[in-house]
This record gives sequence, C-alpha cells and structure tokens, in this order.
Amino acid sequence: MQLVNFISNLAMPLVILIIVVYGVVEKAKIFDNFLEGAKEGIKITISIFPTLIGLFVAVGALRSSGILDLIINFVTPMLNVINFPKEIMPLAMLRPISGSSSIAIATDIMKNYGVDSQIGIIASTIMGSTETTLYTIAIYTGCVKIKKIRFVLAVALITDVIGIVISVLVCRIMS
Amino acid sequence: MLNIVWPIFIIISFSYGIFSGNLENLNSSVFNSVNGAINLSISLLGTMCLWCGIMQIASKTSIMDKLTKILKPLIRIIFPKLNKKIEKEISMNMIANILGLGNAATPLGLKAMQSMQKENPKKHELTNSMAMFIIINTASIQIIPTTVIAIRNSMGSSNPTSIVFPIWIASIITATFRSSINKNFYKNG
Repeated sequence: MQLVNFISNLAMPLVILIIVVYGVVEKAKIFDNFLEGAKEGIKITISIFPTLIGLFVAVGALRSSGILDLIINFVTPMLNVINFPKEIMPLAMLRPISGSSSIAIATDIMKNYGVDSQIGIIASTIMGSTETTLYTIAIYTGCVKIKKIRFVLAVALITDVIGIVISVLVCRIMS
Repeated sequence: MLNIVWPIFIIISFSYGIFSGNLENLNSSVFNSVNGAINLSISLLGTMCLWCGIMQIASKTSIMDKLTKILKPLIRIIFPKLNKKIEKEISMNMIANILGLGNAATPLGLKAMQSMQKENPKKHELTNSMAMFIIINTASIQIIPTTVIAIRNSMGSSNPTSIVFPIWIASIITATFRSSINKNFYKNG
C-alpha cells in the first residue's frame, strides 16, 4: 500500500518537472505557453458550468425524492449475487452515456460516502479508467459520415461493463 | 443524449417527490444542488487552469515527437497495413490521450479518421482499423487523471492523488480487454 501511495504521489510532480525542464532546455517561451493553456482551462470550466448546474439539480432531486432508493432496492438482490457495491450503481449506469452527468454523480457519491472511503475510491477509479463511450462513437463516426458502425457499439458497451467490474476489483485488492 | 435523460430525471423524481410527500427535502435539495455546483466549479477552475497550462508547455516541446517514436512498435501491432502518415496521426492522438489533453486528442483523432476514410474501399462502412481506433478512443489511458484529481481535491480528500496507481492498473487491463475483444469480433464477421 505504501508503494502504491508513493507511485501515485510521485506521478504528478514528476510529470510537471519533466515538462518544465524540457521547456527550459529547448528554450520555449514557457510562461507564455503556460498562460495560453491556463486560459483554455478557464474556457473549459465555464463551458461545463451550465451542465453541472442542470445535472446537480436533477441528480439531487433523484436522491432527495426517494426514487433512487426505490430503484436501487429493486436491483440490489441482483447486485448482491456478484457482490457489487450498490452505491456505485447510478454511476455505472450513466458513465457511458454522459461525461458531465457522471462527473456530477461521482462527486455526489464522494460527498455522501466520503472521498477517501472505499466507495469514494471506487467511484474515482471508474471515472479515471473509463470514457464517455457513446459520445466518442458519435463524433468519430459522425466526422466521416459513416452510419454502418458494425460491432463497435456492442464491443464498447461490453467492455464498459468489464471496465467497471475491474475498477471495483482493483480497488478491493489494493485497499 | 441529455435532451432525453435530463427531462426523465426531472419528471420522475419531481412527481415521485410530490406523490410521496417528500416536498421539504425536494425543495432544499434544489438549492443545495445549485450551491454544490458553484463550489465544485470554483475549485475545478484552479486545477483545470494549472493542467491545461502545463500541457500547453508540453505540446510546444519535442516531448511529443519522442513519445511518438516510442509508440511506433505498438501501433504497428494494433494497426497493421496503414501508411506512415496515418500512423503518425494515430500516435499523436494516443499521446494526447495519454497526457490527458482531451481537447487536443479529439481534433487529432478526427483527422486520423478522415485520412483512414480516404483509403476506405466501402465509404459508408467502418474498416477494421477504424473500428479499432474508435474502440481505443473509448478507453481512457492517462498518465495523470487530472479531472478526477481535481474533483477529489475539491471534495477535501486527504490524499487526492492516491487513486492514480489503481487507475493505471484498471485502465491497462480494460484497454487490453477492449482491443482483444475487438480483434475477435472482426476476425469473425
């Protein structure tokens, strides 16, 4: 576990260090480039803000109205068979469909069960190791105007399920 | 997609809330949610700016070219029968993905798709390489999962980066599954 923490903690400082040293050695205008990128960061954050407001309200309503508990109680017996944590279920269902709503739901899960709890760590791992499958397929096939996508959607969704189960297993084994 | 999902969420939860008499909770949750979204955005803003800045520096150095060379053997295995230009475009896209430059990865990936379409004999059907390329883009392989770290930081985690290693392991295993399942599919049909 200590080694896992060490590698995790080393990754970010090391990447920043390597990039900045490379920039200095190659005499790039480092700070100008940094500012240019950081401005892009503001744009991205502002562009997802309306989505966050909309989805936080919707997900908050799902939770507080009691309907989510009703649905979860309904699927829990099935999840218990494979020992899958039911708290993760809303995230697992939305992750392939929408990036911003899965961010909202993951945040909500971390807030309710604790960021550093096992559930919080599983939610983080799912967020980091999977993608918004449907969006990706839509834009990649859309740009070449191809409608016949053969087996791609099926493969993507099957492996999304595998990916989520693997995230749960990896977190269980490592913690 | 959200045009369908969002109204479903609102309609089922608001009507369930009204019928089950859970109105007080429902009302306060609306305001709590709005505040939550604002708090999250403010703390996201800092981390997003920092990483977009760092990655912009990276994109202006020769790190990109060097990583492309490292990836070449792997790309030859995953995508046989492609010309050099497409190989380069694919590796640029993969590198941008690995570095977490989502905004750079998408345009590069779309460019590679268009180049592959030019060589595609059946214009309205995906080739095996195109299918594989899309499947790889639906996997997430990042050195630094910046968004997750930013969220964990904004939630007050005692160790926001502790998930980096588990994410590496999970995404490598999943990506291997993805490409091998995909290969099986196009052998059979």
